[in-house]
Order: sequence, then structure tokens, then C-alpha cells
Amino acid sequence: MAKMTMIEAIRDAHDVAMEADDKVVVFGEDVGFFGGVFRCTAGLQQKYGKSRCFDAPINESGIVGTAIGMAAYGLKPLIEIQFADYVYPAFDQIVSEAARLRHRSNGDFTCPIVIRMPTGGGIFGGQTHSQSPEAIFTHVSGLKVVIPSNPIDAKGLLLASIADPDPVIFLEPKRLYNGPFDGHHEKPLTSWKKHDLGDVPDGDEIVPIGKAKITREGSDVTVLTYGTMVYVAEAAAEESGVDAEVIDLRSLLPIDLDTITESVKKTGRCVIVHEATRTCGYGAELMSLVQESCFYHLEAPMIRVTGWDTPYPHAQEWEYFPGPARVGEALKKVMED
Amino acid sequence: MTDTYAPLSLHVPEPGCRPGDTPDFSDFEIPRAGDVKRPPEDVDPDDIRDMAFSIVRVLNKNGEAVGDWAGALTPDELRTGLRNMIKLRTFDARMQTAQRQGKTSFYMQHLGEEAVSCAFAGALKPGDMNFPTYRQAGLLLSTDYPMLTMMNQIYSNAEDPLHGRQLPIMYSSKENGFFTISGNLGTQFLQSVGWAMASAISGDTKVATGWIGDGSTAESDFHAAMVFASTYKAPVVLNIVNNQWAISTFQGIARGGVGTFAARGHGFGIASIRVDGNDYLAVHAVAKWATERARRGLGPTLIEHVTYRAGGHSTSDDPSAYRSGDEAAAWPLGDPIERLKTHLITIGEWSEERHTQAEAEILDEVVSTQKKAEAVGTLGDGKAPSPRDMFEGVYETMPSHLIRQRQEAGY
Repeated sequence: MAKMTMIEAIRDAHDVAMEADDKVVVFGEDVGFFGGVFRCTAGLQQKYGKSRCFDAPINESGIVGTAIGMAAYGLKPLIEIQFADYVYPAFDQIVSEAARLRHRSNGDFTCPIVIRMPTGGGIFGGQTHSQSPEAIFTHVSGLKVVIPSNPIDAKGLLLASIADPDPVIFLEPKRLYNGPFDGHHEKPLTSWKKHDLGDVPDGDEIVPIGKAKITREGSDVTVLTYGTMVYVAEAAAEESGVDAEVIDLRSLLPIDLDTITESVKKTGRCVIVHEATRTCGYGAELMSLVQESCFYHLEAPMIRVTGWDTPYPHAQEWEYFPGPARVGEALKKVMED
Repeated sequence: MTDTYAPLSLHVPEPGCRPGDTPDFSDFEIPRAGDVKRPPEDVDPDDIRDMAFSIVRVLNKNGEAVGDWAGALTPDELRTGLRNMIKLRTFDARMQTAQRQGKTSFYMQHLGEEAVSCAFAGALKPGDMNFPTYRQAGLLLSTDYPMLTMMNQIYSNAEDPLHGRQLPIMYSSKENGFFTISGNLGTQFLQSVGWAMASAISGDTKVATGWIGDGSTAESDFHAAMVFASTYKAPVVLNIVNNQWAISTFQGIARGGVGTFAARGHGFGIASIRVDGNDYLAVHAVAKWATERARRGLGPTLIEHVTYRAGGHSTSDDPSAYRSGDEAAAWPLGDPIERLKTHLITIGEWSEERHTQAEAEILDEVVSTQKKAEAVGTLGDGKAPSPRDMFEGVYETMPSHLIRQRQEAGY
């Protein structure tokens, strides 16, 4: 057990996986010698050599496309897209190729790759350093989509993703890299090193894909969320006085429907929170699933608290970001119905 | 003083001839067979820049093999190559007809391009991996992959190795070094580079081949493949099959009016060669040269196979709507089967009688195989793979939401 930030936990997962299996290769823009713009691959090239961890040309399709070829050969590429906002040039390779290889070849070829990408806002990143494109990937059959919210899960889920036989989109909320963030941007950051969730286990312990975690037990309303919004939801529950049960989904595809259903049936109410834009966002799928599985237990209409249906702005960061005040209002409103 | 400029206008390239026109290939420069020298495999790409603007050719007008690219194949190997090309053409014709008869939904022929994949196949070693497009089935037919299995895939029947999930001709065989074909163009060209990088990372001696058509070189993944192949000196042979047409679009739309497709390799520092794609001996010799380069760690090679798509793009295409019906006959590099046949006869290793007999034997083989495949089933005759199967293989282990959907669908 060691105190780690999320960055260090992610780096540690790389280290553990690369040590255990020389088929794990790591590449992406600036991930080699420099160790990544967020330091998630620091020291790996020095430790494992340039053929295991190397810098890539600035070509996202090239990074994903070559990784697919490597996976077809038998390697396990663990690759990085520098920001989720820049994954779009690789979209054809991800959707048409990585996600389909196993199915279209009837298992003749498979694609055990992990595509890591920093995601989410709250950092004054503007349009192209803040996006949350998870719904674009959860709509693709053949992919798995994972998003941790703390160092322990980041390491465990990344190790599970590397071990997974199918392609995994691994979204890392960059706002949480150094410490938790509850939306109170005026307060100073507390490092993960002073937080229980910074106690990252040594070794290769995984956190299973497809299992949600209840981070705050409550009886009034179920909050379905993930990533940075987990801490916003927890703060909103404390500040609004509504006894919300907060569920960190951790894995968006496949989803842990049992944990969700059990909670909503208990509380009878549901609020869905994500940073991503609202229309056709992942929240719409959550709402449909809860409606289908918990209809007779619902005491009130579900509410979504999300980013607005606009490009992510710069100066209006805190009017866009669904902070604890907006989430708290939704919690109170859902209790009134 | 005011500058005055004439109004700008957009340049949109046009092919030399359209329906009703007389084909004219007089601008198409063809070097004499044997003119292009064979450099050593470890040549500096900069020293063979002229090869991207010429064409490696071995067979001359009289059917003789000339120059230093000649002599790599024995008469037995040449006869096998001829048989493979006839087999591919016969297979194509039967499957084209089967589509017209409604036994399958779709087919794509190789007519006129048989030498490209059939001759290339012989240059590879077991364990190498091809990343083909939908028009390199010669890579399968020339190896020991069963024709019956190919037909079962085309018919999407109960013995289809892809269980009815894929469009006809989108074959897959890891065992035979034939990567799963995708409908999305250019994607596999890039993946071949990654496979080759993996071979290098693993200290292996296997090589990869990437395949792309002239039209698809305009895809972004063509550029990505070239960058990655160049940067990491990947052991890959990158093949552009320039058959002059991308459905209805002539190759000038992908390339503009200058240079060659092979010349695009120069900007990436990749050894780049043009070859007569209808010359079985030339394709084979260049393929051997390039795969040897790759296997010895000397880096990637770009090969432009200059050929002509004599048939329609697919069973859904009518080329008479956009090009002259006489164009294939006027194509100056001729027909690959005729040219190899003439060569074998010229060197006293073949005859018209043996050719006629071989055609009959191959037709018998294809027809009897087709009967076997049709006995298993054709598309729509109720003998398709189980609908339950479409839910399998999306993931290694079926997640609960797919299990629920499979049950909902009633399987």
C-alpha cells in the first residue's frame, strides 16, 4: 500500500502490467521519453526500453490503427490519446475496426487494446480540453467503456482493462488527477495523498469491469453518476440535506444494472448527473434503463443534471459545469414531486 | 496600382474517355520489359527514386522473360501460377453468376487483376500476414485455403466460417495469413503497419503486407500508414493496386494529374516501386524483393501495381455508365493470364491443348465445389446460421444486456 495520486496510480498500473507481461506495449504522443503530458507514463521507457514504451507521431488514427494491427499479431497495446477531445480522427478505427474484429472474424482475430484518454472539464480547458465523449463510445457494440473516479479504482480498473480480452475505452477525469474535486472551484485542492482513496494497493489487484460502487448510502434518492461528478453529487447531498445514495457507475458499458435497480427500488427517486452534454448523452440511456426496470417504484420523474447542449466554453466554465448548487436543486426538486 | 487577376476556377480532373469515346492510352508511358534494373535489397530508397516513375516489367511482347528481374520462378511454379489465376477467374465468373441467380446478395470480381494477388502470394512465408482489401482473393486461392470455405462464406450458409455475419467476400483466415476484411477502406493498410511493428517489437522475422486501391489512397489512413511505416521502419510491404478506377471515379481524382501513386512514398523516405500488375513474373519478383527487404530489417517498401479493373466494380455496378466499353480491351498491359500463357508456350513449357485442358479441369473443380457449397445452403434458403449466433462474439463473454436481448429476440 502506498499513497498515490490518480496519475501515480495509473502509472503504477502500467508498471505492474508491463512487468508481468512483455506483450503489453505503451505508446502515444509524448508518452515515451517525456513520460506523458500528465506524467502517466513517466519513467516507463527508461525502465522497459523503447520497444515497449515509445513516442508516436501526432496521428490518432495512426495510433489506434497500428495498435489494432499489433493486437491482431498478439500484443496487448495500452495506448494514449492525449485528450479525449482529440479522439475523433481515430473514430473509424475504433468503431469500424477495434469494436468489430472479434465479431466479424468469428473470433479469428481479436482486439485486446486499451485506449486511455483524459476526459472532462473543470480545468478551464475550453472547447478542446474539456469534452466528455463517453456516449459516443457507449453506443458502439463491441467496446467496453470505463471511467474511474479515484486512485484505487484507476489502478484496479486499468489493470482489469489491460487483462480484458476486448477493446476498452478508458476515460480518465483529468480534474481528478491530483485530488478530488466537488465543484467548489474556489476552494484549494486537497491531494489524493491526504485521502483514503489515495491508499493504492501494491501488486496486481483488479477492480472488476461492470461493477458499480455505492459511495454514499442514502434513503431519499438515488444519484447515478461517474467521474468528477461523484464528488459533486456527494457534496450536493451534504449541502442540500437530501439523503441521497450516490452510485459511482465506474463502468458504463457493460453497466451494473443490478446495483442501480436495487438502489432506485429502495429510494423510489433518481437523479442522473454527468458533465457531458444532455441530448443523447449517457444519461438518456440511464433514464431509459431505470424507467424500464423500476417504473412501478418511481415516486417522481427522473431528473438529469448535465452539461448544457453547447460546446464547452472557456470563460463560462462554472456556468457550464454542473456544480453542487445545480445538483442540489435537482435533489430538492425530485423530493418535492 | 491595383493588381488584376482573372477569376479563379476549380480544376476537376476528367478521365481520357467516357462512354461512346474511343479509348486512348497513348499518354500512358510503358517502359520496355527488362529496362528497369534490379537494385540490391539493401538499396538506399533515395537511390531508386526513378523506379517510382517507371514500371518493372519482365515479359516482353513476344512472351519472353527479360532483364534482371527475370528467372526467379521455375516452369512448374509458373504453371501453378497460371492455374491459380485461371482458378480465380473461373471462381469469379461462377460467383458472379450465382449472385445474378439470387444465390447470394453480392460479389466482386478480380477480372484482369489476377496476377497481383496470385503472384504476390508466392513471395510470402507461412506466418506472414496480409491485410487485404476485398479484391485480393488470390492470396487465399493461391494458398491451401479451401475454395469450398470461400463459397460457404459467399453463400452465408451453415458452414460459413463467419457464421453469416459478414457480407460476401469479406473473408478471414488467420491461419492462412489473411486478415479479416473490412468494408471500411484504408483501415487495414494502416493496421498492417502495426502488425509489422509488433513483429519487430517481438524480435520475430515475420512480415506484413498492406493492400489498398488507387481510390482509397486518398483516405487519411493511407497517410497514417506511410508515416508510421516510415518512422518505425516497419517490416511491411505496402501495396497500392492501381486499377485505374474507384467505382466510377478515375484514378486522377485520387491523385491529380501529376506524379504516380508510388511517388507518394518518396516524401516519407520509403523505397517505392511501380510494377506491371499484369505481368505475373514482375509482380512475383518485386514482391520477393520487397518482402526480403522487410524480413532483413531494411524497412518498408511501397509498390504500385499498375493494372486495369476489367470488370465492374461489383455486382451492383454497371461500368458502361461511366467508361468506354472498349477500354479494357485497349488496356496496353494486356491480360495477365494471356501473357503468362504465351510466355509458357514460348519457352516450350505449355501448349494451347494443355491450356484448354487446364481450363476444363479447373471449371470442373469449381463447379463441383459450388455444388457442394450449394448443398449446404445459399442465402435465403433457410439453411443460414442461427440468429442466436449474431449475439455471439461481440465480446469474448456475452454481457448481461446482450443475453437479455438474445432472449427477447427469442433465441
